[in-house]
Amino acid sequence: MSGLRILATIVGICLIAGAVFGVFAWHPEIAPINPASPTSFAPDLVHRGAQLASIGNCDTCHTQAKGPSFAGGLRIPTPFGAIYTTNITPDAETGIGRWSEAAFSRAMREGVDRGGRHLYPAFPYDHFTHIRDEDIKALYAYFMTRQPVHATAPANELSFPVNLRFMVAGWKLLFFRKGVFQDDQQHDATWNRGAYLAEGLSHCGGCHTPRNKLGAERTKGAYDGGEAEGWTAYALNSNSPAPIPWDKDALFQYLRRGWHEAHGVARGPMAPVIENLAALPDEDISAIATYMADVAGVPTPERKQRAQALLEQSGNTGSSSQPVTADSVMATSSPGESSDGRAIYVTTCAPCHESGRPPPYGGMHLGRSTGPSGPSARNVVNVVLWGLPAAEGQRSPIMPGFINTMTDQQLESLLRYVRQRFSEKPPWEGINQEINDTRAGKFDVGIYPAPSTDPAHAVVSEGSAQR
Amino acid sequence: MKLTVNGREHDLDAEPDTPLLYVLRDDLALNGAKFGCGLGQCGSCTVMLNGEAVFSCLTPLLLAAGKEVVTVEGLGTEQSPGPMQRAFIEEQAAQCGYCIAGMMMRAQALLKKNPNPSDAEIRSAMEPNLCRCGTHMRIMRAIKRAATLIRTADAGTVTGAAP
Repeated sequence: MSGLRILATIVGICLIAGAVFGVFAWHPEIAPINPASPTSFAPDLVHRGAQLASIGNCDTCHTQAKGPSFAGGLRIPTPFGAIYTTNITPDAETGIGRWSEAAFSRAMREGVDRGGRHLYPAFPYDHFTHIRDEDIKALYAYFMTRQPVHATAPANELSFPVNLRFMVAGWKLLFFRKGVFQDDQQHDATWNRGAYLAEGLSHCGGCHTPRNKLGAERTKGAYDGGEAEGWTAYALNSNSPAPIPWDKDALFQYLRRGWHEAHGVARGPMAPVIENLAALPDEDISAIATYMADVAGVPTPERKQRAQALLEQSGNTGSSSQPVTADSVMATSSPGESSDGRAIYVTTCAPCHESGRPPPYGGMHLGRSTGPSGPSARNVVNVVLWGLPAAEGQRSPIMPGFINTMTDQQLESLLRYVRQRFSEKPPWEGINQEINDTRAGKFDVGIYPAPSTDPAHAVVSEGSAQR
Repeated sequence: MKLTVNGREHDLDAEPDTPLLYVLRDDLALNGAKFGCGLGQCGSCTVMLNGEAVFSCLTPLLLAAGKEVVTVEGLGTEQSPGPMQRAFIEEQAAQCGYCIAGMMMRAQALLKKNPNPSDAEIRSAMEPNLCRCGTHMRIMRAIKRAATLIRTADAGTVTGAAP
């Protein structure tokens, strides 16, 4: 073959590949509709959609702090630049008021907007593609009956070449697998319901599964632990760093009430997730707990044994039975411990965390908490710096932040002490950098109040708490 | 350990994990800051550390050493109250008074950073401090009055007169 023919062949192949990609990448516009009248949707359907929107945490991203619901404009930092969430109220000009149900369904399941543009996968259509028709219909009914808000989100701040939307088509080719959830016949209906919710609308893996360099979830590392808003989203599978293994009952109580005596209080971006789950009936929470308990697996006998010992050692209420004093901590400290860290712990942390007061208002015994055993110091740094702010007008567990009392070095010595005393794992590496970066704002840490424990607020019934 | 309180340096014979509140009250006889809950949940022990409001009950001496501590005694004297104290007196913001020293210190820290705060900003900044008598509305007014006093005639005594 002459050089010219080889070149021609290569060019030909490229053109064909380009054309095929073009066909794959190109999506037609779906014709706009006249905004549907809110009264055209059945109230039952709208109510069902409200629950589903809660499970999907739609408001968490599509609503700015104290802004109108679903009007978008929230800045989402990503490794590729910032994305601003869109207005998903039924405003005809700036929202999705002119979207037909088909257009809404395509956006949810294929990540393509009404006009045919690819949506960035910060919108978790890799999970929403699993949602069934009847639920898409209910969600559509819910959003079309919201208060329309005239609001245009700022332009995204993405770097080249990610700023070119057709690049998303390539991303989809590599990582996106479209398809509605199919029941697994090996498991019962409850498990399947849980799997459907967790893998689909709840998109648990969006935070708890690590992502690759191109921002796609690593399917082989499902629930291996990821990141969310500057927090570590812990592994939920057999790699869970929780000192006390999770089981179905613990998961149910945690997802229902926002805390569990052997695991602590939901914090960071998990707090609004719990608040949203309050809209769900017990059966759905129980189904998610069933599925996630299966993901967690059965702990090894050694892990179980260690957990049992830890529970006894840390007292029945989640705190030690003996109030801590400088002397008692001295007695349990070992050589090589940071003495500054110990002194800070005794005066700043122990008054709550070893008070013997029951959770959720008494501080968690740190031996039970996943934080000190986490893969990095990230979550503990966040909590020590900013604490758990009080929820406005509601009862909730709180913790003061200590950003104004400790230097980076003092915080580091505290973290070293906490890791050494409350975890069997080796010391964290690079804590200093972690603290520095956190304070400098590198991680855009999301600070949320812990979920409300107000019985008047949550739908939790006493019966459900005893499961 | 060396500790600077209201501009005066003290040499203390105390363990590094002693709560700053105990040092202030027991060793230095500065009884303005109060022990309320001992858990950082009520704010009656609030003092300023390098200009920031902190809970002195949860602050070990070691974290205060080498920094500037200001207590309510540093805001003025009985004979010559500072603008924050004057404002609280003029608005009669205290009922039992237990929370008031902490309130004034957190408010002082707020006004240092934000001389003209809105109602929402005051509420948000004062959120960690509780008053069980319910004088919140008077406390709000007192803080606004203090802001005016500090911005205008009494600007000179803002950071606390030396005793």
